[in-house]
Amino acid sequence: MRFVLRRIGFFLLTLWVALTLNFLLPRMMPGNPALAVIGKFKAGVPPQALKALDAEFGLNAHQSLLSQYGSYLSDVATGKWGVSLTTEPGNSVARMVLDALPWTLGLVGITTVMAFILGTFIGIIGAWRRGGRLDSILPPIFVIMTVIPYFWLGLLLILFFGIKLHWLPYIESYNFTLTPALDWTFISNVLEHAVLPGVTLLVTTIGTWILTMRNTMITTLAEDYVRMARAKGLPGWRIMMDYAARNAILPNLTGFAMSLGFVVGGAILIEEVFNYQGLGYMLLQAVNNEDYPLMQALFLLITVAVLVAILFSDIATAILDPRTRGAR
Amino acid sequence: MATLQEPGAGTTSGTATGADAATALPIPGEWGVVPRISGARAMRRMARAVTSNGKAAAGAILLLIFILVGLFPGVIAHDDPNAEIYKPNLGVSTAHLLGTTAFGQDMFAQVIYGTRPVLEIAFGAGLGCTIIAMLIGVAAAYLGGVWDSVLNLLTDVLLVIPAFPLLIVIGSYLGGATTGVMIAVITCISWSYTARQLRSQALSLRNREFLEAARVRGERPIYIIVVEIIPTMTSLLVASFLTNALYAVLFSSSLQFIGLGDPSVTSWGTMLYWAENQEALQTGQALWIIVPGLCIVALGAAFALLNYAFDEIGNPALRPVRSMRGKRVKPAN
Repeated sequence: MRFVLRRIGFFLLTLWVALTLNFLLPRMMPGNPALAVIGKFKAGVPPQALKALDAEFGLNAHQSLLSQYGSYLSDVATGKWGVSLTTEPGNSVARMVLDALPWTLGLVGITTVMAFILGTFIGIIGAWRRGGRLDSILPPIFVIMTVIPYFWLGLLLILFFGIKLHWLPYIESYNFTLTPALDWTFISNVLEHAVLPGVTLLVTTIGTWILTMRNTMITTLAEDYVRMARAKGLPGWRIMMDYAARNAILPNLTGFAMSLGFVVGGAILIEEVFNYQGLGYMLLQAVNNEDYPLMQALFLLITVAVLVAILFSDIATAILDPRTRGAR
Repeated sequence: MATLQEPGAGTTSGTATGADAATALPIPGEWGVVPRISGARAMRRMARAVTSNGKAAAGAILLLIFILVGLFPGVIAHDDPNAEIYKPNLGVSTAHLLGTTAFGQDMFAQVIYGTRPVLEIAFGAGLGCTIIAMLIGVAAAYLGGVWDSVLNLLTDVLLVIPAFPLLIVIGSYLGGATTGVMIAVITCISWSYTARQLRSQALSLRNREFLEAARVRGERPIYIIVVEIIPTMTSLLVASFLTNALYAVLFSSSLQFIGLGDPSVTSWGTMLYWAENQEALQTGQALWIIVPGLCIVALGAAFALLNYAFDEIGNPALRPVRSMRGKRVKPAN
């Protein structure tokens, strides 16, 4: 229990750091870039919105930094995330972000879970059949796989499966001539559009799971209790899954949370390459349009999502591994 | 993008569990119990490893080629990479080995001249990260107490905040990053993982006899850290440099690809940016995308192969085996 409380404390601390970074960054930069952009668009922004921007970026020179910080924090907490400057001028950032969220959650979430399960399983088999064909081919291949930039692989897939072979669509998350509805035409269209970005993400992330799982599993297989299980004459799959893999999976599980930050980063680029209208695509649009309120909100949301996932995996580790519970 | 997650990425768990897990589980890149080896000897051992391990040799040769190309681009490519003097979108020919871009630049010259900025960032950020991580990690372990808690907390916080989105935000406020700025920003954001590794390594050394002896001799802390502790970490430092250099390549190329690099510098990332910008795939200029990407992969692979080979050298359990199955059934004599 104490462990969980400590993790929650750590979560709150990192959340606060992220919020503060978000607040301080535009103010630390030479000449407050946000100020310059807002100045450009002042005419187009309704006065109501301008007031919110004041607090967010420190346009009010007469306000002290501390009181700006206070109103910024309360605005974030109450969901007043300001309005978009350029991407969809005048629209509420909160609403835009929430519209994009399900697409990213669907694409990145499902792909990550699939990569985790598949990669862990391949890692188990690879370590179990140490020295076998699978084990000798996989590690070098996946060392190379992990250095391929996500976005470049996406571009290659577009080139071969989209442009050369015309097998799959590669732009946007569904055919915009369709009206979103819960019928087969629409759902199959969405799935079809998710194949290429999903595969890109899967292929580039799976190597980590395989390597981590394989390497820990190899050490676990040398443990005495595995030898004991063998001596007892237990069936192979039981030793593999219940004795070795079960103990070897922990680093992979903590790695799961760690990697989410990377996966999210990669997903940003994949969404950009495929024009997939999730959070990452929107973030880069905001960057291109110098739409700072939108950019800030997206950065916060992405960070919070990663932090929450890490918190969950910490709690899962505490439930699965008694050793962590004992630690202080 | 940073697709390579450091193998066995430590734990996200707090101070106590992090250190526990690091010592309980052999994490590749973490040298477990290290006999006291002086820096020079470790270096010699690594040099021998490079020549005897196939993966390390391949990585070293690749890296050497890139370094030579980066140092003397003019010897290989004769065109100015930025001069828009040719017909746009030319195909592959002997005059233009990779054809020309949509702006009429020689693509081969661009690829060759694009090597140096990438290497500058890789080596700059790789060294920067390693040095900061070394200072913070060793200081935390050696000083202990409040210092350890504070430095460790700082490391942990930075570790979980997603690095790439943060890079994008900073890059956006800066309005694009030159090579120097890129090195600085990547260094500031990505030293934390290494610092944690080095800290647990230093912690495991804290009560060893040779440090005790130095203390009894009355050496100053700074002497102990620099002369006694740091040389024992040479192999870990090299591994950390390789990993961070690889990250820097991927991070910087990704930033350049989305247009947050220095547009006046020709590098692989900016080439990809312009190619995407000109819809190179749709207009049949696929080489404009394929070649710079391949270069990124090759350079990244050079760092990764070297790192992987050092892992195998440091952790014999991971070395490839012929077959263990035969051994298992054979009764022990």
